[in-house]
Amino acid sequence: MAYKALDYYLIEDLLTEEERMVRDTVREFVTDNLMPIIEECNRTARFPMELIPKAAGLGLLGAPYPEEYGCANLNAIAYGLINQELERGDSGLRSFVSVQTGLVMYPIFSYGTEEQKKYWLPKLASGEKIGCYGLTEPDFGSNPGGMLTRAEDKGDHYLLNGSKAWITNGTIADVAVVWAKLDGEVRGFLVEKGREGFEAPEIKNKFSLRASVTSDLIFQDVRIPKENILPGVKGLKGPLSCLTQARYGIAWGAMGAAMAVYDEVLSYGKSRIQFDRPIAGFQLVQNKLVWMATEITKGQLLVYRLAQLKDAKRMRPQHVSLAKRNNVGAALEIARVGRDILGANGISNEYQTFRHMNNLESVNTYEGTFDIHTLIIGEDLTGIAAYT
Amino acid sequence: MNIFVLIKAVADSEATIRPAADGKNVKLDDITWVLNPFDEYAVEEALKLKEAAGEGEVTVVCNGGDEVPKIIRTALAMGADRGIHVNGPRSFDALSIAKSLVNAIQGKEYDLILCGKSAIDHDNNAVGTMVAELLDLPSVSFVVKLEKTATGLKCEREIEGGLLVVETPLPAVITAQKGLNEPRYASLKGIMAAKKKPLETIDAKSGEVQVEVIAIEPRPPRAPGEIIGEGVDAVPALIKKLREEAKVL
Ligand SMILES: Cc1cc2nc3c(=O)[nH]c(=O)nc-3n(C[C@H](O)[C@H](O)[C@H](O)COP(=O)(O)OP(=O)(O)OC[C@H]3O[C@@H](n4cnc5c(N)ncnc54)[C@H](O)[C@@H]3O)c2cc1C
Repeated sequence: MAYKALDYYLIEDLLTEEERMVRDTVREFVTDNLMPIIEECNRTARFPMELIPKAAGLGLLGAPYPEEYGCANLNAIAYGLINQELERGDSGLRSFVSVQTGLVMYPIFSYGTEEQKKYWLPKLASGEKIGCYGLTEPDFGSNPGGMLTRAEDKGDHYLLNGSKAWITNGTIADVAVVWAKLDGEVRGFLVEKGREGFEAPEIKNKFSLRASVTSDLIFQDVRIPKENILPGVKGLKGPLSCLTQARYGIAWGAMGAAMAVYDEVLSYGKSRIQFDRPIAGFQLVQNKLVWMATEITKGQLLVYRLAQLKDAKRMRPQHVSLAKRNNVGAALEIARVGRDILGANGISNEYQTFRHMNNLESVNTYEGTFDIHTLIIGEDLTGIAAYT
Repeated sequence: MNIFVLIKAVADSEATIRPAADGKNVKLDDITWVLNPFDEYAVEEALKLKEAAGEGEVTVVCNGGDEVPKIIRTALAMGADRGIHVNGPRSFDALSIAKSLVNAIQGKEYDLILCGKSAIDHDNNAVGTMVAELLDLPSVSFVVKLEKTATGLKCEREIEGGLLVVETPLPAVITAQKGLNEPRYASLKGIMAAKKKPLETIDAKSGEVQVEVIAIEPRPPRAPGEIIGEGVDAVPALIKKLREEAKVL
């Protein structure tokens, strides 16, 4: 059955022709390339590596960055639409693109030297190299400021010790952007695969984001050349600014997953007959569908406005927190309610809602949990921090 | 190598087509316009030939109204270099369409003209070969494989039970059949570049429209199916029906 994207408020009319073309291209790419294999990828816990060259060829990696680095220089709306369409397929592929674009290319682009940019950005854009982003540690998740990973200045090199946990792409990455404390201050380092003392074992047997690689990063006396430090930023605002970029994409992506669920559930509801009528004809089911459509429409408008703020350079991190929190929270709830409407079929791998629901559990946790965003917005509104 | 590709905007194949109030036209309100799939093969092949030649230009030419610029930009986003919008009404009359396209091409430099073997809406299979005739060019239609030779093009066509391999000098008109290639996606960079590429609009000079649609009639609804019975017991009755009513045995 062909996918029909919900657009109840005719947001289509707000898009430019290029924005629509970008969206349609990615939608078609996902329909043709990801949808036929995603169930198998999810079942066998496999990231579809084979899609990287095609995705990169389309320009999906690092889409917002300038042409001189091999990128498409897209505006925030077009970049958001890419995320929406990718996550309509699966949160795993969207996560891959978010990490590569928002968490790896962004800090190199924003805080790297010209040499680092010239070397890494075109390779990351073309998919020749894969990146990962190491901030979270086994004992420091919501509170990254407490990180234990340390770099020591050894004169002609840095020595890196510590570990990171739950790192998307870790095992398949050619380069890790690692945040570590140097003289007590958080700094970013580019750590290439294969450096002695650096290992990235995969975390197996996940219930969620199964079509995505998640890993631990372990550093034992890893020698890092001096030129591998990101010179342009010091302190927690370095890693946090990257999170703002990735969270922006996630807020769009979550709506893609919700739209996929809604599409599946609506058509199921219209064709599933119980008590001699389609279940979509019962008031209780309609109530759920109406709630879903309302939440999706609100979420779509939220990210559309967020994109305008981003392009106008008026977007604050707290604006992103509000959209990430709302849209992922809504998408997760939509998937749960959708699963219920599908009845027993909802637990079968012939339907995608359960996969989206499981994925969204991760999306709700990573890049700042739902509650941590509540605290961020709460502090912004009241001026009182409530983290501790 | 300079290549002209004749393209058409058609209704998305998933659109529900309904006759308009006049009974002669199709209701256009809710239609999503797409590049005719057979023309996609033609655009892709033109881009491949140009890339292999390492020089030249691909120009796409499209006849129609307001739906056309978007379709031309789709081809530009795939990689074509320029577009010509032949602005005039859409029509079933293949000869008048061919004439207006020829009018846009004539006098320009080209080594090859490519187009889809047909458009999925009217299914005429005619415009490409008519263009060849009007320009006095050789033409090969329904091509599934194309290869540049020293003197021209080697083309493969599918025929009943086999392949026909033909050779033609250039310039020529080639119509593309499914299987010729796998059309590329418009890349994001291509999409952003498309709006900067030249798109010229000229008035259609089609001459007289001779063939006209006088009615579009939806197919009569299919008669409902009939369940004759269940299991082995129903077989004799089924055979009787198939023999006497459906007359297929
Ligand atoms: C699939 C997946 C991929 C990931 N990829 C990456 C990656 O690529 N790079 C990376 O660096 N990290 C990554 N992460 C890690 C992710 O960012 C963290 O899991 C997240 O920040 C939460 O940290 P935590 O798991 O340690 O939970 P904790 O911080 O221990 O939180 C547990 C619970 O406590 C709550 N809580 C914590 N503090 C407070 C408080 N002050 N007040 C109220 N409630 C609080 C939280 O909201 C949550 O409900 C990934 C995680 C997953 C699941």
